Amino acid sequence: MSRLEVHQLVVSRGDRVVLDGLSFAVSAGEVLHILGRNGAGKTSLLEVLCGLRRADSGRIDPQPEGRALHWIGHKNALNPALSATENLAFWAALNGATLADPRAALAAVGLHKGQLTRPAAQLSTGQKRRAALARLVAAPRPWWFLDEPLAGLDIEGLALFAELLGRHAAGGGAVLVTSHQPLPGVVPGLRHLDLDRAA
Amino acid sequence: MSAVVAVFQRELRIALRRRAEWAQPLVFYGIVALLFPLGIAPESPALKVFAPTIIWVGALLAALLGVERLFRGDLDDGSLEQMLIADVPLALLIAAKLAAQWLLTAAPLVIASPLLGLGLGLDAGPVMVLFWSLLLGTPTLIFTGGFAAALTVGAPRAGMMLPILVLPLMTPAVIFGGGAVRAAVSGLPPDAPLYFLGALLALSLTLLPMAAAGALRNALG
Repeated sequence: MSRLEVHQLVVSRGDRVVLDGLSFAVSAGEVLHILGRNGAGKTSLLEVLCGLRRADSGRIDPQPEGRALHWIGHKNALNPALSATENLAFWAALNGATLADPRAALAAVGLHKGQLTRPAAQLSTGQKRRAALARLVAAPRPWWFLDEPLAGLDIEGLALFAELLGRHAAGGGAVLVTSHQPLPGVVPGLRHLDLDRAA
Repeated sequence: MSAVVAVFQRELRIALRRRAEWAQPLVFYGIVALLFPLGIAPESPALKVFAPTIIWVGALLAALLGVERLFRGDLDDGSLEQMLIADVPLALLIAAKLAAQWLLTAAPLVIASPLLGLGLGLDAGPVMVLFWSLLLGTPTLIFTGGFAAALTVGAPRAGMMLPILVLPLMTPAVIFGGGAVRAAVSGLPPDAPLYFLGALLALSLTLLPMAAAGALRNALG
């Protein structure tokens, strides 16, 4: 899938309509930075696109398949009793990826030595976020849906994230990312979608 | 298939790190089975009559203890979201989780049941029926509990709702399980209740993971 089109999307949370007739398109090689105030529907939008939540109406053409996408939400999907290495190896196996060395993927996001083997419960907030981002490296997939991926990252983490994002977009991947702050670094193919204005 | 094996191994690995959690049902089961003879009087003939029910109700309560946490951790840490969008049917992943749960919390009860049966005064014949009835029935208890846990995963006060929801669903397994052993004690053939347990097992293994998957999708969506 080289292009994702969203037509007249309506999404509710409870009895509140958070997205009302939203339309946009994203192509491979683009990074769509989704902006909006708290409660504007950024997370709901990504959840609908990933298939985690149903839309009330509208059309997503085509609906991204599980094997084509990475989803990183507010939660890091790290079991606290397992190490970052064990968590990453599990997600790779679950998604059918052959991962010769999970440590290499974790090193790419700046996790080393003791951080790889201690239980995830003992990692800091930023280290947990890095461990979640390692899934992007471990199993390459063309579409990334990232919800506030910068939360908890330090300056070095932001630089590593910028590098990941730039490399993915330059390689023909697409990214839909929500963040309240500007994306770090020079991001190729960057576009903005402001949900406050779109509504 | 590798995804199913991965989930199974993950559950065992997590359990090894949290021994106290999965050992709790076993300890509970042991206490129930040991306290009844003390309460009734070990030499009483009533003990032999109640033995099948004691062991089966103990197994049911032990199964209940473990299931509430089945999906809670995965919901809290975001793993459930990832499983939902994985390229593997969610029902298969749930079946793998429940199979691991059975191996950790129910299989030891099944293995220990002949000893408990003898300790409660059962003869060798009924003890073997007890073993087979638990082998057939405990997966039904775990899979039913897993379905109920999926239904209540996002609910506040799930700990209170779960037993109320699950007890009527688990009762047939206890009736047929206890019935098979009672039949053996009375010298009657236990085949019919064991066949019913087998039928319940087949239904549980095939239908409940799919029902649980639907419940989890609803809870998240």
